[in-house]
Amino acid sequence: MKNFTRGIFKENPIFILLLGLCPTLAVTTKVINGIGMGVATMFVLFFANLVVSLIRGFVPAKIRIPIFIVVIASFVTIVDLVLQAFIPSMADALGIFIPLIVVNCVILGRAEAFASKNKPAASMLDGLGMAIGFMLALILLSFFREILGSGTLTLQIDLFGKSIGTIIKIPFLMKHKALVMIFPPGAFLTLGLLMGYFNSRKKEPNPNTNVYTLMTSHIAKRKSFNNGW
Amino acid sequence: MSIEAILLLVASAIFVNNFVLAKFLGICPFIGVSKQLDSAIGMGMAVTFVLTLSSIVTFLVYKYLLVPFEIQYLKTIAFILVIASLVQLVEMIIEKVSPSLYKSLGIYLPLITTNCAVLGAATINVQKKFDLLYSSVYGFGAGLGFTLALILMAGLRERMEDSRIPRVLRGTPIAFITAGLMSLAFMGFVGMIKE
Repeated sequence: MKNFTRGIFKENPIFILLLGLCPTLAVTTKVINGIGMGVATMFVLFFANLVVSLIRGFVPAKIRIPIFIVVIASFVTIVDLVLQAFIPSMADALGIFIPLIVVNCVILGRAEAFASKNKPAASMLDGLGMAIGFMLALILLSFFREILGSGTLTLQIDLFGKSIGTIIKIPFLMKHKALVMIFPPGAFLTLGLLMGYFNSRKKEPNPNTNVYTLMTSHIAKRKSFNNGW
Repeated sequence: MSIEAILLLVASAIFVNNFVLAKFLGICPFIGVSKQLDSAIGMGMAVTFVLTLSSIVTFLVYKYLLVPFEIQYLKTIAFILVIASLVQLVEMIIEKVSPSLYKSLGIYLPLITTNCAVLGAATINVQKKFDLLYSSVYGFGAGLGFTLALILMAGLRERMEDSRIPRVLRGTPIAFITAGLMSLAFMGFVGMIKE
């Protein structure tokens, strides 16, 4: 159970671990895009964790990263093709950020840090929890951006030519839009302020867990570095 | 295709459609490596180098390998493999040829595989149906745009070290707010070039 809940709050990939920020900022102009990205990432994360955990016994340590990437890329291709075939409107809205799920650090990070060391059941739970944490963060971000930027909340999806769900409209906010919120600056500002809010709810400050910061300091310490990255 | 078109493409990739501030590609290294100016410069140079090279190689792979066999749907897998092996290759070559360059760029190279700007540029090149010259120029411009944003950010963050910032915003939150303001400034370039 701890494997499942950890990803949602205590180690939320976006607000605490600072992983997978590119799609977070890019697609959160509408709530439905946030949900779509979350579901796509969940599919990939769940199955990538499962497969990586299943093959963890006989993957040579030196070439494990390329192997993980191929596993992840295969599932991303599945998502990409399925979305293009069944929900083209979503495929258009998410654009190049669907193929870019491959380089979403959450997925490679979990494969490397968790799934390659744990049993399949635990890895699946971990993947699911992380993905839910990721999706909740996307929904939160897109909620603020859409409601302030366009005065609506889009919960509508076009499936097989039919529209399912509704668009909630808030007349007052639709008259007074803060357009900047749906432009790029709004994404950075909203995420920064939300992170600040979550920091204020905690006693101790964030441990810096950005994979780049970690690796540069780690590498700088060791000077020589060559393990397949 | 003229010199003018090429210059416009570079300017558009640097200012109007800056990879970091307008397209949200490469945010992780942008936040992670922007604490010190010299590491920002090193990372920027390494990314520009790999972006240019990978734009060329992925274009060739797409045109002469994926299209003839009609397996374009494998482009994501093919591109990420090409990029990963290219990065490894570049690292080994630089290590042998120029140890001093390796010392300054070497530690950033392994990180570039997971930089979404590289795969993003390759995907955009295919989407926009750029030819070889345009692809390489676009990759180079995108790298310059990334470097510019990273260096500006590092300069700002070095100064922020000494300033009084509310406790809850220290570290990453204020970095994002700064990035938001920079992005706002870069929006002023919209309209400079019509795409």
